[in-house]
Amino acid sequence: MTVFARAVGAIFLKDMRAEWRSRELIGVMLLFALLSVLVFSFALELDRLARREAISGVLWVTVVFASVLGLNRSVAQERENGNVDALLLAPIPRAAIFFGKFLANWLFTAVIGALLLPLMTVLYNVTLASLPVLGLLLAGTWGICVTGTLLASMTLQTRVGEALLPIALLPIALPLLLGTVRATTGILTDAPVNDWGGWVGILLGIDLFYTVVCMAFYGVVVEE
Amino acid sequence: MSERPVIQTRGLSKAFGFLPVLRGVDVDIPRGQFVALLGANGSGKSTLLRIISGLTKPTQGQVTVGGWHIPDEAQHVRRQLGVVSHKSLVYPQLTAYENLRFAARLYALPAAETHERVLAALERVGLKRRAHQLARTFSRGMQQRLSIARALLHKPHILLLDEPHTGLDQPACATLNALLREMHADGHTLLMTTHQLEHVPLLAQRVLILARGVLAHDAAPESDPVALAQTYARVTGESIHA
Amino acid sequence: MTAASPSVAAASAPNHLGRLKALTAVTAVAFLLGLGMALAYAGTDAIQGNVQRLFYFHMGAFFGAFVAFACTVVGGVQYLRTRNVKWDTFALAGVEVGVVLSFINLATGSIWARPIWNTWWTWDPRLTSAAVMVLVYIAYLMVRSGIENRDTRHRFAAVYGILAFSSVVFTLVVIRIRPDTIHPAVIGTGAQDAQGGFAMNSSMTTTLLLNMAVWVFLLTPTLMWWRIRLQNYADRVTQRKIAYMEQG
Repeated sequence: MTVFARAVGAIFLKDMRAEWRSRELIGVMLLFALLSVLVFSFALELDRLARREAISGVLWVTVVFASVLGLNRSVAQERENGNVDALLLAPIPRAAIFFGKFLANWLFTAVIGALLLPLMTVLYNVTLASLPVLGLLLAGTWGICVTGTLLASMTLQTRVGEALLPIALLPIALPLLLGTVRATTGILTDAPVNDWGGWVGILLGIDLFYTVVCMAFYGVVVEE
Repeated sequence: MSERPVIQTRGLSKAFGFLPVLRGVDVDIPRGQFVALLGANGSGKSTLLRIISGLTKPTQGQVTVGGWHIPDEAQHVRRQLGVVSHKSLVYPQLTAYENLRFAARLYALPAAETHERVLAALERVGLKRRAHQLARTFSRGMQQRLSIARALLHKPHILLLDEPHTGLDQPACATLNALLREMHADGHTLLMTTHQLEHVPLLAQRVLILARGVLAHDAAPESDPVALAQTYARVTGESIHA
Repeated sequence: MTAASPSVAAASAPNHLGRLKALTAVTAVAFLLGLGMALAYAGTDAIQGNVQRLFYFHMGAFFGAFVAFACTVVGGVQYLRTRNVKWDTFALAGVEVGVVLSFINLATGSIWARPIWNTWWTWDPRLTSAAVMVLVYIAYLMVRSGIENRDTRHRFAAVYGILAFSSVVFTLVVIRIRPDTIHPAVIGTGAQDAQGGFAMNSSMTTTLLLNMAVWVFLLTPTLMWWRIRLQNYADRVTQRKIAYMEQG
């Protein structure tokens, strides 16, 4: 195993174990997601057709805000006892620290999203629980978490702190969101692949760009 | 090779924005020396330690640790450095054992030895009985001991200690001091900041005092804390209780 | 004493006021020429009438903003490589000028859309992405203002400025990839659903090229230069304050 993979694995497993003990992130994220879905279902009293058009927006807005909660906590946990210093002092590449934290965040966010799919299928009577939608969920949350992990590492070092993450993250994530929402709606309305396939291409392209940029710049963000 | 200082800085300067913190610091620390670094809050002593450990980039000047340039070649010295800070650097949601096992993985210690080395490190700081308790349940002094075990796990020969006595009560300080003397006797090089002068004569062979970003004093410590406090007051213009 | 930091060098660099004033004069003349051509020289569009004339500024403002935001990327990359504060100032000037030009782009587009699309605004992918672009750079300014330590601020701003450029590229690309926008593409092939496109005759093309050149090569650099100059003065004031406090 390379140094990179071993360090990523160690950090990822450490986050899993810490989360298993405290259930701090998943608990907060899940509760928020449930409340959000319920609030939307009251707020948007939609007929059957309108529901199919609007539900992907509900899903994605919920997932993004839940991820903001999780990202802030996950990065704050590294700062509380100065643990991020210990990670930076270890003989591992900075990009490995970033990638390990990112993988854990991605898994948490994707799990929340995956739990929402069957739930919303029941609540809104729209078939969200399908493999194409799950695939979009994985691709969309990838980009959100990769930028979110980097930006949370930045914003938590500022005076404003946690409140700055949504402001910094949402506009950066919007191209991703636009793509995922349009593609999800396309799948739900049984539109031909030609109509929404382009969005999937855009989504994957942005994912790739963000991953490269964020891994390259993590070192710059944590140095002093 | 043995003649060459383990830690060497030349013309080391650091400014945060327009605010200079260090203004040309030259220090040589030979192998095996126990050095205490004193100075008022904001005198730059923590910054100096962070630069030597590679966490902060200097604005100007040269730093070498074990002959390697910091921060550009920091990856070559990370294994030789152990860092203890006033922050505990441990995860409260993990047990003492898990914290050290995580550190062992980061430092790529051989998996076959990890279990025994972790237990040995815990034993050395007197936490073996509590190996499987969460760090969250530990007192400040126990967390600090765990932090030291973490810093020693990969057997570094240089220890950087940033205010290790902060928040510790008398018995915990005594335990910490005993550990530090033991490390010194084992031939480790130690560089420690503190503003609790009473510990200095017991531990250090040499005292450096930073004032307004420059090295203002470099000598063996007075054996009496009161005399040291007078020296400190004379050099920095601030009084401190010994 | 204090080691000379790069910021000191940047703040005390010669300020070339004469050249800047000359450039400003050239820009003003060229801008008036472009304005005059757009209003009087270019032919009136047969269908859309005079409101089509806005388009010369609409395009000019967008590409001016594009260049300004590209300067932010260059400034960010160069800052991270050299850690010279002048590159951060360059990047900041790019963002502020780019945001102003983007607002001009949105405003002219909106005024044009009222008679042509019969609405001020619509949530079309192209329009949405242009709005997002403005928001990203406003977020850039907010992130900056939240950081007190100068070095940290410059580093984070450089990273954010590079990430933010994805929204600019997205705005440019979305019209080519996505067939469901109603925004017309005047250059190249646009979307099949585009509404409000028009063909250009030679007087229109000349006017467009001149206006584009003025906005991209003159107006944007001039505004950025003034902004950089202002920032250098602000830095000098901060520096003097600190020097004064150090003595006192």
